[in-house]
Amino acid sequence: MNPAALSANLADVRPGATLIVNSGAFTPANLAKAGYAANPLDDDSLAGYRLLAVDMSGLTATALACCGLGRKETERCKNYFALGMMLCLYGQTPEREIESIRARFGERDPRAAEANVIALRAGYGHAEASEWWAEVPHVSPAQLPPGTYRSLTGNQAIALGCVAAAQRAGLPLFLGSYPITPATEILHELAALKHLDVTTFQAEDEIGGICAAIGAAWGGVLALTTTSGPGMSLKAEALGLAVMLELPLVVVNVQRAGPSTGLPTKVEQSDLLQAIHGRHGECPLPVIAARSPADGFDCALEAFRIAVKYMTPVILLSDGGIANAAEPWRIPTVSDLHGPEVRFHTTTADFAPYARNAELARPWVRPGTPGLEHRIGGLEKDFLSGNISHVPANHQRMVETRAAKVDGVAREIPPTRVDGAADAALLMLTWGGTWGAATQARAAAEAAGKAVAHVHLRHLNPLPPDLGDILQRHRTVLVPELNLGQLSLLLRERYLREVVPLCKVQGRPFMVEEILHRILELA
Amino acid sequence: MNPAIEHPLTRKDFESDQAVRWCPGCGDHALLNQIQKLLPTLGIPREDFAFVSGIGCASRFPYYLDTYGMHAIHGRAPAIASGLKLARPELSVWVVTGDGDALAIGGNHFIHALRRNVGIRIVLLNNRIYGLTKGQASPTTELGEHTKSTPLGNVDRPFDPVALALGAGATFVARALDTDLARLGEVLRRAALHPGTAFVEVLQNCNMFADGSYRALTDRATRDEARIVLEHGRPLVFGAARDKGIRLRGLQAEVVAIGPEGAREDELLVHDERADGGALGFLLAQLAAPGFPVPLGVFRAVELPSCEARHAGLVAAAQARHGRGDLQTLLAGGNSWEIG
Repeated sequence: MNPAALSANLADVRPGATLIVNSGAFTPANLAKAGYAANPLDDDSLAGYRLLAVDMSGLTATALACCGLGRKETERCKNYFALGMMLCLYGQTPEREIESIRARFGERDPRAAEANVIALRAGYGHAEASEWWAEVPHVSPAQLPPGTYRSLTGNQAIALGCVAAAQRAGLPLFLGSYPITPATEILHELAALKHLDVTTFQAEDEIGGICAAIGAAWGGVLALTTTSGPGMSLKAEALGLAVMLELPLVVVNVQRAGPSTGLPTKVEQSDLLQAIHGRHGECPLPVIAARSPADGFDCALEAFRIAVKYMTPVILLSDGGIANAAEPWRIPTVSDLHGPEVRFHTTTADFAPYARNAELARPWVRPGTPGLEHRIGGLEKDFLSGNISHVPANHQRMVETRAAKVDGVAREIPPTRVDGAADAALLMLTWGGTWGAATQARAAAEAAGKAVAHVHLRHLNPLPPDLGDILQRHRTVLVPELNLGQLSLLLRERYLREVVPLCKVQGRPFMVEEILHRILELA
Repeated sequence: MNPAIEHPLTRKDFESDQAVRWCPGCGDHALLNQIQKLLPTLGIPREDFAFVSGIGCASRFPYYLDTYGMHAIHGRAPAIASGLKLARPELSVWVVTGDGDALAIGGNHFIHALRRNVGIRIVLLNNRIYGLTKGQASPTTELGEHTKSTPLGNVDRPFDPVALALGAGATFVARALDTDLARLGEVLRRAALHPGTAFVEVLQNCNMFADGSYRALTDRATRDEARIVLEHGRPLVFGAARDKGIRLRGLQAEVVAIGPEGAREDELLVHDERADGGALGFLLAQLAAPGFPVPLGVFRAVELPSCEARHAGLVAAAQARHGRGDLQTLLAGGNSWEIG
């Protein structure tokens, strides 16, 4: 930490925790910028912590003295010095990171690559020689199932999941998108994958992005649009069209703190009600949410499976935390991936554009199919022919059918998994990116001798068919959300039962302790 | 065997079973007729046509044509058509739109489709009024015009759709008149075959809410003096007696009489629809009543790579570099580790 990082983050650090600071950065100018009147390393304001003050800037400069780099370039290498120290403290060897540095910089700038490797080794050696690892609690490697792993951010995971869906379906992938934080990296990732039959269309605006995707979906490819809250507001009308056309489309909303421009780089879960209800007219569509970066991959596949099977737009909710956080991801075997099953309708006998199958899905007909020429549109359609119909009873029937179709997606939802003590009086119910903190809070509560059951929802619309029964089994239902109680509102409406919201809207994720504290009060 | 190839297509093949709901006498009928006449002659199977529209009187068009069609939402047809064309470059994709749909609510999609040169055909029926909502001023309603939303006169200057399209870099820009059927048909045929975005403005009379908007151009008594037909490589001559022309003085166009008392024909401006840049087309687009005859025909027709062709080039280059991508390799990434 430099003075600014120390000032911004100290409040989140537990008393007694280890602080690692770059004492070389605690210059009068930096202290002043961070608002420190006196150097906190020199007084006793940090007495409650284990302080490891290292002149990382100075030591990096010394280590790189022989490299002939300028001051700025040398200064930049100090992050690798810090990383080297951390690798040592966490009981890791530096080799993997060295490979990664050489892979990243080697070709473009071999001098920078070697300087960073030297800095990394120097940091590692410094920590090793200082024998801090003896003072710092040992962190053992995470227990994960065997397999080959890589690191994946939420945005990368969603991009890969969409490509996987298209490849498994044997169709091209089309992304229509407009740059917006924190969703833009999905566009970046996919734009680099043209050789995998991916078309990216950077549209003139959010509306153009979804409309191009609707056009592509009509054309018979897997179509996607990606955005964040303000973009969702702009796409609302076109989403209604997609519901009316009954074409498969996936809309990814990487939520950020709103309303309006809000806190664009900060996390919130406040677009849930918008996803479910935020369109004019009776306009239902399935909504699912990723719980972690790697989960974005599975969710993207699932979103496309539902979209194609039910011929409907599907909203996949992520958030700014998931988007930018990385986690280890076990690389799946492609043949194990369950992609959407695509069957284009081609037979002309008794063809009706809005005839429905058992799932109430209409046929997907690609323009270019001989003999099936027909018109679709945003006006209400006749139940079978799809021609414009203003017949009152037909409208009611179509509205109810579209709703029943989306309700039927509940068939895709596996039995709800209850983690922890299934018979506990307290049930914690979460969705989206709060999963991590909630899971840890449950473990901490159990360690403190408090029983708590935990259900995490991927499917927000429709909700799992067994959720009502599960809610009946618990005296208290705690619902932590990064909003003012949007899932709570849905649960009360759907199941006519009281729940206890735990709401946070600070642009930051839950701390484990915030949830734990409430669990301990309720359990 | 494709039935369209076995049996040559006729106009009848493109008539849908839906009753046409435009007002009797509306100029939209003329476009429908010309399109139904044109499509069977293009050598394209019927199933390969897709018509997309937004909202407005003009946007009912796809319902009346027995091709694939989408009646979408207000102003968004160019974006939807762009996505369709990029996904399915082999289709003949058309947008039928109006002055409100294309130039007001959909202005952004309109100019960006033209900028990208995506291979779609945009036919704009310009009646200078909102017809479906019964008579409000549109972005092409003339200054001072009295409409239901401008009862004291319109205070907003109109767009010229041709000038706007040229400003957006359109590679094919034409203007036709709803009553001038032969020339409308010919312009549409050229638009149909153009490799990038083809834009056609059809001056169309709304006999309910803006009747007579183009009377000077259509009335026998005045039309020859009020309009000038653009012909590639030919001097700009007009008038019933073909005795007037357009001459350039610096960057200003002027109307001159042709003859011993006036200008020689070789002094007149010669139309070049393939001229570099949009300057000549833009200059021609400025010619308007009063003072000048209104140009009809093709303002600009140049061949530049289409958006879908450029995209196909990127795909080919990426596959030449990386090979056809393999999903397993992609998922593995470059930096993995084993947990035993």
